[in-house]
Amino acid sequence: MSQAASHDDGHHNLMVNNKKLIMWLFLGSDCMFFGTLISTHLIYRKLYPNEFEPTSLFSLELTSFSTFILLMSSFLMALSVSAMHKGEMRSFRRNVIGVIFFGLIFLGCQVYEFTHFIHEGLTLSTGTFGSTFYLMTGTHGVHVAIGVFWLISMLFYSQSGKMEAHKNAIDVEVAGLYWHFVDIVWIVIFTVVYLIEFIG
Amino acid sequence: MSTTITDLPNQTQANDLNNLKPEKSDLGLIRPDHSKNVFVDWLTTVDHKKIGIMYGAMALFFLLVGGLEALIIRTQLAVPENDFISAQRYNQLFTMHGTTMIFLAIMPLNAAFFNFLVPLQIGARDVAFPRINAFSLWSFVAGALVINFGWALQALEAFGLFTAKGPTAGMNDFVPAMGWFGYAPITDKEFTGAGTDFWIMGLQILGVASLSASFNFIVTIINMRAPGLKMMRLPVFTWMTLIVSLLIIFAFPAITIALAQLMFDRVFGTNFFSVAGGGQPILWQHLFWIFGHPEVYILVLPAMGIVSEVLPTFSKKPLFGYSIVVFSGAVIGFLGFAVWSHHMFTTGLGKIATAAFSLLTMAIAVPTGVKIFNWVGTLWGGRIRFQAPMIFALGFVWMFMMGGFSGIMHSSAPADAQQQDSYFVIAHFHYVAIGGILLAIISGIYYWLPKMIGKMWQGSLNIWVAILTVVGLNITFFPMHFLGLLGMPRRTHTYLAGFGWETYNMVCTIGSYILGLGVLLLVVDIVRCFRSKEAAGNDPWDARTLEWATTSPPQVYNFAQTPVVNARDALWADKYGPEERKLGSVDESHGIHMPSQSWMPLVASCGFIPLGLGLSLMQAGVPFSGYAAILGLVIITVGVALWALEGPGGYHLHPQKKA
Repeated sequence: MSQAASHDDGHHNLMVNNKKLIMWLFLGSDCMFFGTLISTHLIYRKLYPNEFEPTSLFSLELTSFSTFILLMSSFLMALSVSAMHKGEMRSFRRNVIGVIFFGLIFLGCQVYEFTHFIHEGLTLSTGTFGSTFYLMTGTHGVHVAIGVFWLISMLFYSQSGKMEAHKNAIDVEVAGLYWHFVDIVWIVIFTVVYLIEFIG
Repeated sequence: MSTTITDLPNQTQANDLNNLKPEKSDLGLIRPDHSKNVFVDWLTTVDHKKIGIMYGAMALFFLLVGGLEALIIRTQLAVPENDFISAQRYNQLFTMHGTTMIFLAIMPLNAAFFNFLVPLQIGARDVAFPRINAFSLWSFVAGALVINFGWALQALEAFGLFTAKGPTAGMNDFVPAMGWFGYAPITDKEFTGAGTDFWIMGLQILGVASLSASFNFIVTIINMRAPGLKMMRLPVFTWMTLIVSLLIIFAFPAITIALAQLMFDRVFGTNFFSVAGGGQPILWQHLFWIFGHPEVYILVLPAMGIVSEVLPTFSKKPLFGYSIVVFSGAVIGFLGFAVWSHHMFTTGLGKIATAAFSLLTMAIAVPTGVKIFNWVGTLWGGRIRFQAPMIFALGFVWMFMMGGFSGIMHSSAPADAQQQDSYFVIAHFHYVAIGGILLAIISGIYYWLPKMIGKMWQGSLNIWVAILTVVGLNITFFPMHFLGLLGMPRRTHTYLAGFGWETYNMVCTIGSYILGLGVLLLVVDIVRCFRSKEAAGNDPWDARTLEWATTSPPQVYNFAQTPVVNARDALWADKYGPEERKLGSVDESHGIHMPSQSWMPLVASCGFIPLGLGLSLMQAGVPFSGYAAILGLVIITVGVALWALEGPGGYHLHPQKKA
């Protein structure tokens, strides 16, 4: 293993690591996933403007809070990538714990929001609004949950002592790309699904 | 002839496959490297060549299944008011014929060529992520099983061993029966049974397979090229693989989300497409064709790549206008995303939209025509050898053009309004699919099978395959143009006498048997090639590209020394070009790094089977199916986690110089 890992086979024509390149491609593809979900939501919202009044249900304070938390988690993610590059394992671990904690807060807010909405009568079967809203935000929530699971695995792996800066910095960087992307998607959803409803 | 990259470097510390010890992973699990057990070896392989051969074998099997379904359909339609099969069975057959041919035959046949050829053509040891490649193969198999599982249930039900309870009880409908496009609202749970669920879950799993394979190939082609192999020196087939992979990663998300929405409609009662809750069936059409039209190019561009390799080799000339052929491939791929609504002209899009989509559709004829002229230009003045691959490639150019012409007719919206849902459309896309894609794939099989198995074709059966397939497809599909213009609608179980359709239908059916015989002879010829005693040698066709520079079949490490490329047609330049264009080689005295084999891709993919079947059978009210779905998710998660923890592994080979 150590002998094998010492020569990563071949060169890279683009000077970009293969893992990083495949993550960028996945994110490009993921844009289309979220694009389809968000446009479905907007199409039905325009088609049935009076089907459901979301401002009566949305809590802008709560969602702004969870958006802020997610943004700050991206900041911590950037710090942990940087720490890993420098080989500062303690700092890396501290920051990753922060990202996981913030991610869990975001997920908690979403769970609270979903149960509250369902309690108030917005279910999956409530017209098209319920369908598009839950599938879109739910898909985003699953992305966050996968990210949290991924970072927790990394945290445990780093405890085993096998994690080394020269070998694993790229893995942390790739996870960071994913995390930032999920964050950006949320900013789009927050804008076009939540904020826009409160205009005018 | 190149000597540097097939002859092996002399090594003193020579160890070979037999005396390497199995690698232990970080978890302490032993990697299944160098297994003497042939099943373990193939099930855990990460070798792109073995994966390609398995893709090809499965796809050929499904080509025969889909062909059999087509022959049953044609038998039913041979005479008016036939009752060879029931109307419901007819619906199941045309649905599964389309789904099988597109997703289980042509796409994996293309994937077989991608897998086998791309690393060889770019002078790489393997793809960028060998284990993801194995995962793509096995999840394709899982998806194929899920989509076809309904046939097993249907058989059990016919013998009274299985009955459906719950919302679909009494619908007698375990096989998808709503067309390969699955238009809403017929996919609603009010109208179709568990077959639709198998179709949804099966396609979803096949989507995972296609997406993961495409990410892998893009990285491989962009990042793993041999030194000196610039993008504009890539073989055209590799270029087309790159474009197709890009199409897949941007087109498949639309169908993935549409299928997820449909699944939610059926399982959790959402209202994306269900009319009662305000859903718009037209949305499904848009989402489906945003995927579906690029899919057409996903199917045909690899065929164009194959032909662009075969025609120069057998004309002894470089491809005419290489850069413009590559560029038109890219333009076709790009425009492919902007024409989806030409499948929906009759839905009432409005004048502006119809005109725009009509115009863009006509525009696609330009890069396609450019390619055809370039192929003809390649033949012009060439020293043409009429060997088997060439015969099929020439058949492709001609037959694909026929399909192209009727395609241009469809691009005019008023004409399309007349042809929509008639046999004219069937004629059009079968000329593209069989006359175009299948002939090119057969050409590719005749061209590259000697490289894959190291044995040479025997006898002249290939002439009969060519005659029967080309004649058969023309007899089958040419009369369908007339049938369509005479008003015979698609997807009808039977028809009445007296419309002037009887003779045409009988002719079509006879033609389809001839075509079927041709494909059967192809299989016979392939089997004969496997039993052939004649060795193919490295370069049996006097070919031009890098894959012919190595041994047939290639060693597990592909090239003993990584080649250095100094020209576009690398091997041709090496054989006949000036000194500075010949192949060089990279010194690899530290040995060749090979990836370790792994069980994990297979384990993770196997999780898709209980997941897909469980979610599908929940609708039919089968007990414990929900638990099966959860079990599937657990298997996938565990498989992926162990996959990550076992690490890439790997070992070094030090091949010895051949005597």
